[in-house]
Amino acid sequence: MAHFTKATSVKDWLNQRLAIDTIEKVMGSEYWIPKNINFLWAMGMVLVITFVLLLVSGIFLLMYYQPNIETAFYSVNFTIMRDVDFGWLWRHVHGVAASVVFLIIYIHMFTGIYYGSYKKGREMIWISGMLLFVAFSAEAFSGYMLPWGQMSYWAGMVITNLFSGGSLHADGLVEWIRGDYVPAQAFLTRFFMLHVLLIPLAILGLIALHFGSLRIPHVNNQDGEEIDFEKESKRYLNGDKAGSKVMRFANDFMSKDMMVVGVYLIFFFYLVFYNYGFAMDPVNFDPADGLKTPAHIYPEWYFLWSYEILRPFSVDIGLIAFGFAQVIFVLLPFLDRSPNTVAANRRGLFRIWFWMMLINMIILTAMGKLPPSGIYSTIGFFAAILFIAQWIALPFITMFEKKV
Amino acid sequence: MKNKEPLILAVVVVFSLITYYLVEPFAHHVLHKHVESEGFVYADLPALTKTGNVANGKELVMGAGACTGCHAVEAVGMPAAMEPQMAAASYGVNPPDLSNAGAIYDAKFLADLIKNPAHALKVAHKFDATKGQAHPMAPFSGAGGDIEQEVADMVAYLQSIAIKPEAVTPKIAFENACGRCHALSYEKWTQLGEKPSFKYKKDALAFDIKVLEYEDSLKAYMGKLPPDLSMYIRSRGEHFISTLIENPQNQLEGTAMPRVGVTAQTAEKVIEYLEDAGDTKRHEREEIGKNVMIYIVIFAIFALLWKKQVWKELH
Repeated sequence: MAHFTKATSVKDWLNQRLAIDTIEKVMGSEYWIPKNINFLWAMGMVLVITFVLLLVSGIFLLMYYQPNIETAFYSVNFTIMRDVDFGWLWRHVHGVAASVVFLIIYIHMFTGIYYGSYKKGREMIWISGMLLFVAFSAEAFSGYMLPWGQMSYWAGMVITNLFSGGSLHADGLVEWIRGDYVPAQAFLTRFFMLHVLLIPLAILGLIALHFGSLRIPHVNNQDGEEIDFEKESKRYLNGDKAGSKVMRFANDFMSKDMMVVGVYLIFFFYLVFYNYGFAMDPVNFDPADGLKTPAHIYPEWYFLWSYEILRPFSVDIGLIAFGFAQVIFVLLPFLDRSPNTVAANRRGLFRIWFWMMLINMIILTAMGKLPPSGIYSTIGFFAAILFIAQWIALPFITMFEKKV
Repeated sequence: MKNKEPLILAVVVVFSLITYYLVEPFAHHVLHKHVESEGFVYADLPALTKTGNVANGKELVMGAGACTGCHAVEAVGMPAAMEPQMAAASYGVNPPDLSNAGAIYDAKFLADLIKNPAHALKVAHKFDATKGQAHPMAPFSGAGGDIEQEVADMVAYLQSIAIKPEAVTPKIAFENACGRCHALSYEKWTQLGEKPSFKYKKDALAFDIKVLEYEDSLKAYMGKLPPDLSMYIRSRGEHFISTLIENPQNQLEGTAMPRVGVTAQTAEKVIEYLEDAGDTKRHEREEIGKNVMIYIVIFAIFALLWKKQVWKELH
């Protein structure tokens, strides 16, 4: 058993029992971050803040929401939006944060791709990040079911139908997922459970894994420089703060994080109060009606690109393409054969690959919302083919990349 | 090294805005048909050529015009002949009380409605008398004199008994123009009127049964039950509702919903009522929004100053 002495202060008392000094060092003051990074490196903190906003607003909403197909719509649109003081505020924060969190996730992802932050020991950062993306997607989808509006119901119908596997006709699987032949009470209750318990637990675990996976390889930097963290941190601690290539996480990097968070929150609350329409689809303000299919069924904007990869093909090929799109990003560290961990603008063909991928995903996103006919259908078809072709080409174009 | 952050920020902002433009304004432009407002002028209806005489109008409305056979005029002590659910069983929908019709509806519309209901209401596709599908409201074919003069007299009379147009509240506008077909449960409105609070459950149930009976007749008359409008201001938006009220056929071709024929002023009141039902916290949102923005800007300034202070030693 450890030896305990009479504590000289509250801090000392805690220190003897919880080693808070060590924890503070490991998590903050001696967690070393390279200095040559830009504001895109603050997206992790922006995501943490957004997740906290979702969690807190979600807790408040949970106090009034009723997971019952007869009362769910009413509890959201009357009780929360009208009756409860500031219920509308929590709902707007929750709805807008659920949409904006994906914008930040995409920025965070493309930052990682651009700077090669998934290579040379950082593979697990990328993989855990992609698992988080999957968990957030499931969280967003299950949450979208809860107001039990028209889009909740019909998006639930369409997406669960995907599990029938086209020609496989696995209708039994679809019924098992829904707990009924169509989305009904069993469906709503289980998606409620997933949304407020199981998936948030998974997200919390994955966030811990994602942070943990950063410890050994350290954060990447914008010049692809291999930094000797041991040496540079000693230099910092010896007083040469300006000369060292690294800085403390807290408060050095944290202060910059908070600056970016400040700017982000201005943008965020502008959306919450003045421009929330994009995050709260008008169609979902009609109560669910199984006898009335909406003219256009589309997912929220952040799922549109993968929805568009599903749509332009025949059922079976579409499902295969969709499955491909869902898993292929996870494999990025293994498909990129280049030895270079540097920004894409120094990587020859990969530079073109990166910008084409980004633009193509925006095209897919735009086409995913439009009706699948005429010119939009054709554009969507070629964009989907290009998306798949780019991933198939990736190992070949990176294999012959020159070492920089 | 040159600071690349402004360039990076510009790239992030531009790509985000392009995506936003494509999935929001552009997609909605493609998905939804755009209907321009006609300003509630009802250009297809003939203008009134005669000046109405109130006294003659009264005699026509109460007598030869036979309006009061079906319509109540509570303002002059003429009650409804039947309870609403009974009236709906006879006519499909409860004929409106005419007390405030002169303030709610456009004069040209009223005149055309009296002469040819299916035409004024734009439901000729549903009610074609030559095929034996007569509109439940019988057209007025004249009381022996100049029909234009007689119609003008009736309109003048209805205007004379109505409240002043500026006294039409959002609630009065909604109840007259929409409330006999559409429920608005978030304001306790049913097609029979506001649901009172009952002391005994059996009275509440008896009321509900009357509503259900009314809705059954309405469903048979309209083809489907007209929707509850509680959240319509959020699900359809002001522009859609306004242009739909003006001419339902412009937005939903072939719909059984009649043209309501309200004045521009009444339409605005209806919109206001729907906002009061479905977007009750809009004023609070504006006010709190302003305060939160001020708070966050101050937070951001402090965060910036903190960063500058911490980073002074790092360069």
